[in-house]
Amino acid sequence: MNRAKTLIEKIWEAHVVRENPGEPTLLYIDLHLVHEVTSPQAFEGLRMSGRKVRRSDLTFATVDHNVPTTDRTKPIEDPISKQQIDTLRQNCAEFQIPFADITSQDQGVVHVIGPELGLTLPGKTIVCGDSHTSTHGAFGALAFGIGTSEVEHVLATQCLQQQPPKTMEVFVSGKLGTGLGAKDLILGLIAKYGTAFGTGHVIEYRGPAIEALSMEERMTVCNMSIEAGARAGLIAPDQTTYNYLRGRRFAPEGAAFEEAVKVWNGLRTDPGAEFDERIEFDASSIAPQITWGTSPGMGTDITSRVPSPEDFADPVVRRSAELALEYMGLTPGTPMSEIAVDRVFIGSCTNGRIEDLRAAAVIAKGRKVAKTVQAMVVPGSYKVKHQAEQEGLDIIFKEAGFEWREPGCSMCLAMNPDVLQPGERCASTSNRNFEGRQGRDGRTHLVSPAMAAAAAVAGHFVDVRTFAVNEEI
Amino acid sequence: MEPFISHKGIVAPIDRANIDTDAIIPKQFLKRIERSGFGQFLFYDWRFNADQSVNPDFVLANAPYDQASILVAGPNFGCGSSREHAPWALLDFGFRAIIAPSFADIFFNNCFKNGVLPITLPESDVALLIELSTKNPGMMLTIDLKEQKVVREDGVSYHFDVDEYRKMCLLEGLDDIGLTLQHADAIDKYEQSAPFSVSITA
Repeated sequence: MNRAKTLIEKIWEAHVVRENPGEPTLLYIDLHLVHEVTSPQAFEGLRMSGRKVRRSDLTFATVDHNVPTTDRTKPIEDPISKQQIDTLRQNCAEFQIPFADITSQDQGVVHVIGPELGLTLPGKTIVCGDSHTSTHGAFGALAFGIGTSEVEHVLATQCLQQQPPKTMEVFVSGKLGTGLGAKDLILGLIAKYGTAFGTGHVIEYRGPAIEALSMEERMTVCNMSIEAGARAGLIAPDQTTYNYLRGRRFAPEGAAFEEAVKVWNGLRTDPGAEFDERIEFDASSIAPQITWGTSPGMGTDITSRVPSPEDFADPVVRRSAELALEYMGLTPGTPMSEIAVDRVFIGSCTNGRIEDLRAAAVIAKGRKVAKTVQAMVVPGSYKVKHQAEQEGLDIIFKEAGFEWREPGCSMCLAMNPDVLQPGERCASTSNRNFEGRQGRDGRTHLVSPAMAAAAAVAGHFVDVRTFAVNEEI
Repeated sequence: MEPFISHKGIVAPIDRANIDTDAIIPKQFLKRIERSGFGQFLFYDWRFNADQSVNPDFVLANAPYDQASILVAGPNFGCGSSREHAPWALLDFGFRAIIAPSFADIFFNNCFKNGVLPITLPESDVALLIELSTKNPGMMLTIDLKEQKVVREDGVSYHFDVDEYRKMCLLEGLDDIGLTLQHADAIDKYEQSAPFSVSITA
């Protein structure tokens, strides 16, 4: 009888091209997603060495990081952004790579459109020159971010040189409380275990609280695996996965889909398989989450207060907290719910999908954005945008005073014109609250879409559970 | 890639944990389409004030640290995005090695692709090196990759671990892609079955 294996080992072993003692494994890559920021130097490298793209049919490109979220029919004002977008367009034409251009109805944040188009499938190895590639692990794929040298490597060889990862089980028991979502779960996990607990590991999320999540919620959890330091995070495929995938453009069709499901059903961790590490987390234990510092691990319950550096025994952690509180302009002991916000950003590869917009719209419906707040909703893709418009969510947001934008990464990393001004404080559904992430001296608090919408309305952070929801939309 | 065999240089300390890739190279500087020229933007928001004047409080603003080629910093260095612009900026500024108690995976990997050596040492040793290089501007270390040693000017040395294959690639300045393409037959063979691959244009 074969040794019991984890899902991670199974996918890894199915992609080994070559193994030799003392050398890294040559691992095959099934899907390579490409965007404008981390690819130009890779294509240039190919040209300089006279190399070709080995499998343009396993490669898919779009523009997302740089694109303006305002009227797309107007020229891009920033000449350097424009050059990067133009360069990707030329590279895709030269190397015959499928490309969702800025006006394509397939365009969107690369980690939103991969699943949407059915490019993301169980069992695949998926890479992209972007750390949030871990998002695709939600489908039972081994998906991880790579640097530009490796982008070039995959373009040229469709393989990567990789060391086998260590495996970690994150077992999530219990049930998320009313008003809480996947964002609270992953923020709570990182607040408890820190931003490096996953370093060197691939995480498999398991347990009843994970199985209960929708496909989009699973993407939110896997998305932020990188904020736990992990190389990737994944979840075994199940009926929820198959229901999402059936009928997607690049997913298998008809009988081929049913055949694929039979294979995908084998993508489970065997009973008795051992992980290198295991941690447990109780989903019932948390309130809605909010970060107070400049690292995603600096987070807490909305019901608590801004901590004091003295709360931390470890001198390195204490020093980090001091620097963070100074940057964030916060006073220890302040109730989290008394912190006023200037800006609200709802969107990103973490929380820019239709369910996220619905969760925010439920809060926004029939209410008004506070006069002191500028709030924007940036759908993760054109498909998300159109779906939201069909459901009337755009009307709800606009009537409440939110700006309704075109899809892109936007203020998650502020490479486009959507930028915080110095000192501005933002409730953001994105994934990183690093210094300067959303603009120099900007102050980012990571929250769920519902919490962000509630903060927009209240003008300060607020426990979304105290916000009466009048009616379902 | 330029080989890395041994290196002697001035040490600059940054006594912070979780130095992220947004701090190393802020996103507004990621729009170039070349690999070169990123050094001028390294640690931009720390090196420069909002009015673009030099921030004299930041270590790299001052001689002799502005000539440093070895950086010593706190744990989880390079966390955040996959941007290879981070090691490009460090290298372009003049850094050949980073010493820290721990590194984020993607950054760690990206360093090796660019001839920058990330060295993991125990937290107490790193704390001491930060203290010594703060008190003694211009302090130098010698890094010997063959022997896997960091050596102080007073002769005290620290052993570090490095993956044998990565060590060989750095010592010889090897091109990863060239190495992989030597196994094109194995890739061809794998592609005949490739159980999870789905052609996008099919």
